[in-house]
Amino acid sequence: MKGLADAALLAVVAIGSVPGASALRQASWPRRSPAAAILLWQALGLAGGLAAVGALVGLGLPGGNTSVVRSVLHLATAFRAGGVFRVPVTFGAAGALPAILEAFRLACLAAGLALLALLCWVLVAASAAAVHARRRQRVLLTLLAHGDPKVPGALVVDYPTAAAYCLPGLRSKIVVSVGTLELLGRGELAAVLAHERAHLRERHDLVLLPFTALRRAFPRSAMCAGADRSVALLVEMLADDHALRARPARELVSALVRFGTAGACATPNGALAAAEGEVAARVARLLQPVRPLPAIAVAAICLGAGLLVATPVALLII
Amino acid sequence: MLTTVNRLGELERAIMDVLWETDTALTVREVSARLTERNLAHTTVMTVLDRLAKKGFARRKRDGRAWRYCPSATRETYVAELMLTALDQTGDRTAALTRFAQSVSGVEADVLREALEVIEGDGGVDEGTG
Repeated sequence: MKGLADAALLAVVAIGSVPGASALRQASWPRRSPAAAILLWQALGLAGGLAAVGALVGLGLPGGNTSVVRSVLHLATAFRAGGVFRVPVTFGAAGALPAILEAFRLACLAAGLALLALLCWVLVAASAAAVHARRRQRVLLTLLAHGDPKVPGALVVDYPTAAAYCLPGLRSKIVVSVGTLELLGRGELAAVLAHERAHLRERHDLVLLPFTALRRAFPRSAMCAGADRSVALLVEMLADDHALRARPARELVSALVRFGTAGACATPNGALAAAEGEVAARVARLLQPVRPLPAIAVAAICLGAGLLVATPVALLII
Repeated sequence: MLTTVNRLGELERAIMDVLWETDTALTVREVSARLTERNLAHTTVMTVLDRLAKKGFARRKRDGRAWRYCPSATRETYVAELMLTALDQTGDRTAALTRFAQSVSGVEADVLREALEVIEGDGGVDEGTG
């Protein structure tokens, strides 16, 4: 019964990823090495998704003594050789399962395939929406933005509230509002630009996209929301670290504080309220620098992330 | 190639500025006359206005034998659209843009202000190093 054993192991991985995510959210080490923590989040998400789909499909396939991928290949061959209608007959003969088990099996198969389709769709739809929104941003920026010697290389938009963000892509842009130019001094502006450039250089938008997509697809899931927030904060910390290599910490801190406390009038909104404490966490981390994790610990985390993904993949294939 | 794209963008922007600055709808000739760059071909201005109309930024209506153009919305409307999407005030994070910092309020803001006073007491921010 290798098929069932595999499905059970995959289910363990899938279910285990939930407390895993919760533990990772509450751990304090991620702020010491944000990059390693982001890698672990990605591995956890990928492993959890693969394992959940694999467990359901594995339960649903009449696999017997072989892996999910092999069963699917076998089924495909059977379909091609004997047409669609002979396959269920083969199932019945092989297992001689009672009707209720057979129905359960088909339900699992349907649920697994539906989950796989949903996850793929969520990612594709989110990517398409992001591409569309960014294209619109680019078009609007062409008509509205101008340059300013205070922020070389960035685009300035006549908007009174403090705002700074980056538009990722091949022709990436950093956008700053006039409100920001009025609010921050030269050194602080340089720190903001260094921070945003790090986002663009490392394509943090691609890191965030799947987590944001899942959060929007499952708005009631506390786990998806928590994962998205954690990764978003880690990405900001990573960009802060890069900015620190170019600028002194106090510029970045004062930029963060001025920025965070300036726009409070223009914000109350569910999406923003959810981010409570994040600016304070970044400031605290800059004011009392934490030592990065030792190299051996980072190596162990990377290895763990690799094993986490390799487990469901191996169970599915071998 | 890139310079052509930039050039076209500059023209679109200059022409939109003209439309935004004027209250009435303008003909191609009137737009040309108001542009700071005077030696543009009539057809160039017409093409750009056409593009702007196709993209939805300008509206045109027949006036005898000529078209008259006016902006579809005010400059401020577009600025608001741009920034609200970027600042996620539309509620969903469609564009998945990363921005420098979110706004904070209440106790967190007070704590942050105190932190700022502490570092500023330390010797202030180097304004001149950039």
